[in-house]
Amino acid sequence: MTVTAPPAPVDAVPTGRRRPERRRASRMNAGQSRYGYIFVSGYTLLLLAFGLLPTLYAIYLAFTRNGVFVGVDNFVRVFNDYRFLPAVAHVALYILYWLVSLIVFVVILAIIVHAIRVRWLGNSARFLFYIPGAIAGASSVLLWLFVLDPTVSPVSGLLRSMGYESLVNVVAVGNLPVVFTVIAFWAGAGGWIVIMYGALNNISTDIMEAARIDGANAIQTAWHIQLPMLKKWISYMGIMSLAAGTQLFVEPKILAQATKNVVPEDYSLNQLAYLYAFRQNDFSGSAAISLVLLVVALGLSTVFIFRGKLFERD
Amino acid sequence: MSQQSSSRRRVTRLTTVVAAAAAGLLALSGCAPGSSGGGEGKYGFTEAEQVPDSEITVWVDASREPAVTAFQKAYPDVKVKLETYDGGAGGSGSFQSKVTLMDQAGEGWPDVVFSTQQNDAIWASKQTANGEQGFAAPLNKGFLDQDFLDGFAPGSLDFATIDDTVYGLRNDLAQTVFYYNQTLLDQFGYEVPTTWEEYGELGEKLAAEHPGYILGSMGDSFMTYVYYGGSESPVFQSPEAGVFHSDTSDPNAQNISKILDGMLANGTLVQDSFFSADFAAKYADKLVGLPGPVWYTGAIFQGALATPAGQIGVAPPLSWEGGDVAAGNVGGGQWYASSHSKNLDAVRTFLEFVTSADDFQVEASSGYPAYTSAAEKWLDKQAESSYFVNDDFKTVMSDAAGEVWDGWNVTSWSPETAWSKVVIPGIAAGETIESLLPAWQKELENEATVNGYTVK
Repeated sequence: MTVTAPPAPVDAVPTGRRRPERRRASRMNAGQSRYGYIFVSGYTLLLLAFGLLPTLYAIYLAFTRNGVFVGVDNFVRVFNDYRFLPAVAHVALYILYWLVSLIVFVVILAIIVHAIRVRWLGNSARFLFYIPGAIAGASSVLLWLFVLDPTVSPVSGLLRSMGYESLVNVVAVGNLPVVFTVIAFWAGAGGWIVIMYGALNNISTDIMEAARIDGANAIQTAWHIQLPMLKKWISYMGIMSLAAGTQLFVEPKILAQATKNVVPEDYSLNQLAYLYAFRQNDFSGSAAISLVLLVVALGLSTVFIFRGKLFERD
Repeated sequence: MSQQSSSRRRVTRLTTVVAAAAAGLLALSGCAPGSSGGGEGKYGFTEAEQVPDSEITVWVDASREPAVTAFQKAYPDVKVKLETYDGGAGGSGSFQSKVTLMDQAGEGWPDVVFSTQQNDAIWASKQTANGEQGFAAPLNKGFLDQDFLDGFAPGSLDFATIDDTVYGLRNDLAQTVFYYNQTLLDQFGYEVPTTWEEYGELGEKLAAEHPGYILGSMGDSFMTYVYYGGSESPVFQSPEAGVFHSDTSDPNAQNISKILDGMLANGTLVQDSFFSADFAAKYADKLVGLPGPVWYTGAIFQGALATPAGQIGVAPPLSWEGGDVAAGNVGGGQWYASSHSKNLDAVRTFLEFVTSADDFQVEASSGYPAYTSAAEKWLDKQAESSYFVNDDFKTVMSDAAGEVWDGWNVTSWSPETAWSKVVIPGIAAGETIESLLPAWQKELENEATVNGYTVK
């Protein structure tokens, strides 16, 4: 699954008290900045090779067919495909469910874990949350295949009580956004909880103490102090998860194979792009779908960036 | 996808697919292979440079693994690398997707592929988008002896023959017959049904008198061949290349759907897949009779259900009252050779072995061999073990092979996907098949359109 994962644990939230350090940074000498360039060079090269160049190639493919410029023909063909709009709807619904559940539950869980005063308990909770994320995408879906099949599931009682007698019932198309949200949350939320926890740790104890002295209870502190200070991190999580969510592919692909296409092989946009490229031999159509995804994800990310003031300095 | 790696990429707004595909294409543009595609070597295709005694890679589904094992035992000197894949089951198209990827890369093809689907020759015989010769090697242009090819049952190579060129070898025949459990029929005092109407009536009687006993399952996507191909429903027809026709309002399609709906409602048809984990546990001693392909013999009765000899009988395929006997055809896999193979000698030896040698087709294969001499021995083997209760099972099975309805065709996509997408989840949600027929037809026609067919 395209769970975009948490970056390395956080030890620095850009808050006011970092200002002196930034001033120091501006006085960095040439030797130090050279190391900076060296450190980012590996990433930059990979970004060029596997990010930027393929994007440019996809743009080229999307507007040509067999090397001839065809304007927006490829897009028109894809938009008129009977599978396109359902796939858009499926992915949109999934992203909605997933982002909402991620933002709400990750923040709540992080604040709760942060509030645990017993050291070993807090540590164990974070560890437990994080474990599922350590299982690589495809294998976690295989694991869920068993969980979702009432005939072999360890929670078959629960599934049956919800009226599901067979895997086919559970993975009915209407249930899939929820199923994928649960899988993605299980696999991806832990990492974000750890990050949010790090961010919470960076909120100055002075501020927290001041709030306590002023009589704020835990909920008021969370709402008026912690949440606003987490805003950037929540935006960041939103962007990463959005980018990952639009790329929904592995879960429906594996479920399609496991259920012999009861989960349709054209469920998500990326699956459709895959079918275009490798079943219909139409790389131009495939590239057109990918470009649409790129534009949509860019657009939505822009909203997150500006609403979340992600690039603004304090 | 790997969590860690994607995190490092920050906001990579690219689809994985295009990244991979484009990277492959970029690499290709730098070193385009010299093959001109569709050439005429001594076998009717441009051969790759041969490397004697090199290893051949063979893709099979799990059920065909014994073929490779048997080959390795018989030819220990030939190096074979076995790779298992889904065999295209359920119309997954994985054979095509994988080979298309390799076509783009210009390398990595397997040497021999087994597919459970009948339609792969349609795409595998075609030149690829970037002008390389099609994956499937022509087999009757000198690569295999005509004498050997003549050993296949008449008509069995038709699905994989395009413009008189044979691209695939049939593994087994898959005509439908009616299997019945004589022990249960005697116990209940029922007769073997001969028509679809009687099949439906038997369902009603069985449900009323002996609830819990069943007459089949609708849980697998290949039921589309058993019930709609077998009932002569014009649902999946390609009267000429590039044309698709489907008519679910035809009386045969309507009537068979009503019968199936009735049996689903009274519980004599269940919705568990024959290959699901607990099918045997639930139904091994509950299965009174069912229409199905001849490969049920090994795959279902002797295999999954482990029904002992002396219980099961084989009757001719069901027909409509007053109509002709017609059989459906449910797969019967195909073996393909790669036109890119570097060791065609080994490929030839392998293909001849797996389709005709007793070691696999008679001893280890679950199905009814398509190669006539093997088929005779396979039937003899069933007779020796007295597996079937009726002595004329050989005639029943071989007659049915000649009665496969020719109104069900192959196209470049599989009929199973639409069935899986529309009908299986529909009946699981409690809808009737009859009510799903228009949606099913619509899905089939939509699929035809995106695959470049004209719907007529």
